[in-house]
Amino acid sequence: MSTLEIDRVRKAYGNLEVLKEVSISIGTGDFLVLLGPSGCGKSTLLNMIAGLETVTGGEIRIAGRTVNDLSPKDRDIAMVFQSYALYPTMTVRQNIEFGMKIRKVAQADRDKAVKTASDLLQITHLLDRKPSQLSGGQRQRVAMGRAIVREPKLFLFDEPLSNLDAKLRVDMRTEIKRLHARLGTTIVYVTHDQIEAMTLATRVAVMKDGVVQQLDEPQAVYDRPANVYVARFVGSPAMNIVPALLEADGTAVIEIARRPAARIGGIALSADALRRYAGKKVLVGIRPENFSIASTGSTAPSLTIDFDVVEPTGPDTLAVFQLGGVEVTARLPPRQAHAGREAGLAVDTSKIVLFDSETETRID
Amino acid sequence: MSTEARSARRAHQFGRLFIYGSLIALAIFYLMPLWVMIVTSLKSLDEIYSGSFIGLPQAITFEAWEKAWGQACIGTACDGLRPYFVNSLLMVIPAVALSTAIGAINGYILTKWRFPGANFVFGLMLFGCFLPFQAVILPMAQLLGSLRLSGTIPGLVLVHTVYGISFTTLFFRNYFITIPDELTRAAQIDGAGFFRIFFSVMLPAALPIIVVSCIWQFTQIWNDFLFGVSFTAGQSSPITVALNNIVNVTMGRKQYNVDMAAAMIAAIPTLVVYIVAGRYFVRGLTAGAVKG
Repeated sequence: MSTLEIDRVRKAYGNLEVLKEVSISIGTGDFLVLLGPSGCGKSTLLNMIAGLETVTGGEIRIAGRTVNDLSPKDRDIAMVFQSYALYPTMTVRQNIEFGMKIRKVAQADRDKAVKTASDLLQITHLLDRKPSQLSGGQRQRVAMGRAIVREPKLFLFDEPLSNLDAKLRVDMRTEIKRLHARLGTTIVYVTHDQIEAMTLATRVAVMKDGVVQQLDEPQAVYDRPANVYVARFVGSPAMNIVPALLEADGTAVIEIARRPAARIGGIALSADALRRYAGKKVLVGIRPENFSIASTGSTAPSLTIDFDVVEPTGPDTLAVFQLGGVEVTARLPPRQAHAGREAGLAVDTSKIVLFDSETETRID
Repeated sequence: MSTEARSARRAHQFGRLFIYGSLIALAIFYLMPLWVMIVTSLKSLDEIYSGSFIGLPQAITFEAWEKAWGQACIGTACDGLRPYFVNSLLMVIPAVALSTAIGAINGYILTKWRFPGANFVFGLMLFGCFLPFQAVILPMAQLLGSLRLSGTIPGLVLVHTVYGISFTTLFFRNYFITIPDELTRAAQIDGAGFFRIFFSVMLPAALPIIVVSCIWQFTQIWNDFLFGVSFTAGQSSPITVALNNIVNVTMGRKQYNVDMAAAMIAAIPTLVVYIVAGRYFVRGLTAGAVKG
């Protein structure tokens, strides 16, 4: 069993509160990603789990045991750092062995653990090299090897891929996912990259200003963002947030410059929410891929717009246009959109999310 | 080739000539005293008084060196510089080792185990670098007196160690600050404690700055005259004080050749240290300046 419970944890430096009552709970084998921009408190939280920062308030429990006052070495954790933090004067083997030596593991057991880990990470041929003789990806593997031989209850990753180039980052991402599947250890992983969060996590905690905005499965975070902030942070291009007027029958009316307003009906909404928001301004969230070129005879709600800019990416084309006074991006199949042309677009209403225009939280 | 290109090339050649010419001239100028010392120390006294200072010796003789090392009179004893050379070694080796060790620990704490007011403490230590020797002589003499270390070599070791801590702390602090904190954190998670991290992770990475600190302290302490002459007397003097006594106290004809040989003997250890470890010195000083 290796669960992690973060129970109303706070962190303050003097009067500056960087974490405000954060509560997160994950089960054995979960892959938790703490996602947020720099300064949101995600790294601080990770360091608190590791024992490298003190806890101002609340409790952190690893496998049911409160660890607030335990030193890092007694928490049964291993950590991979952004800069890898390999000991520069030691060989790869010595780097991996260092922790075991301190814990006085017998030589034979150490050798076995190093062999298993280096085979798993395919770094056996690098064991006698110094970190300075390794490439970024190789250093990353060594850092993971050092963590693996610890056989911890909890793996902590602090932006491990952000020092790698784009191609290698994708490869190592797959590698980490494979490793998680193979070892089944509980992982806490900090990143500002929403793609990493989507691809790796079983649970994502989106953070902003020391507060968890949403804690859920990645697909749920993507489909049903808790508020406008999460909606904009997760997904690329970001979710379009368009001001609209909600009519009593649940139809959202969006103004379009120099054209008739778009009327989008059939949005899933509870009766209670409908009552409260009827006749009021709301924010309509539409993912770029939920637009499509309207086909004749289709019953889906459609709108007529003029494309502003068209950006082909290869697999699809990003088309930018004005809607409700804001800039909106649609992801369309290649060669279907042309800059400066008029077009009819259909919207997949089942995927639409509404937000309160004041609080910016989701309306259900 | 056009005349323009040719004149540009000529100007370039002339510039080179000028640069090399000045450098060679300056080098000769700076090496002159050393040259005079070496050739004078190899001449007999008669030759010095009959000939020029600068010219090569007619007959090379090591008499002056032997005399300076083993027979020259200092005060009433005529044992040459040898006992004082040993005194200096007994002073410099422990003082360099201690001040470097303390500086390393200080630098480690000031960068990796920061405490409230760490920068203030570091500022105070830096202040020590600018404290003139003369300012500490009287209080130091009192302290040595109450510790019963007056006039002894251990007393001198203490003085130089304390005085050197400012410099060594500065060296190590500025070096360790370039080592990422994540390294200490990784070691903490691996279970290493304060000293384990220091000895296994930080010190091995600090080799260049250890060399810098040792060279710096060695030259400072070996060449020191003021503390030596203030806090020691007679048989416990370091070599710099003994050298002064040889040169200033002579009977009869001034023995220039012995003086020069004695000065050379006193200077050789620092020269050797620079020649052996000078490479690391430059490397260590620039290590913090260049990333990677």
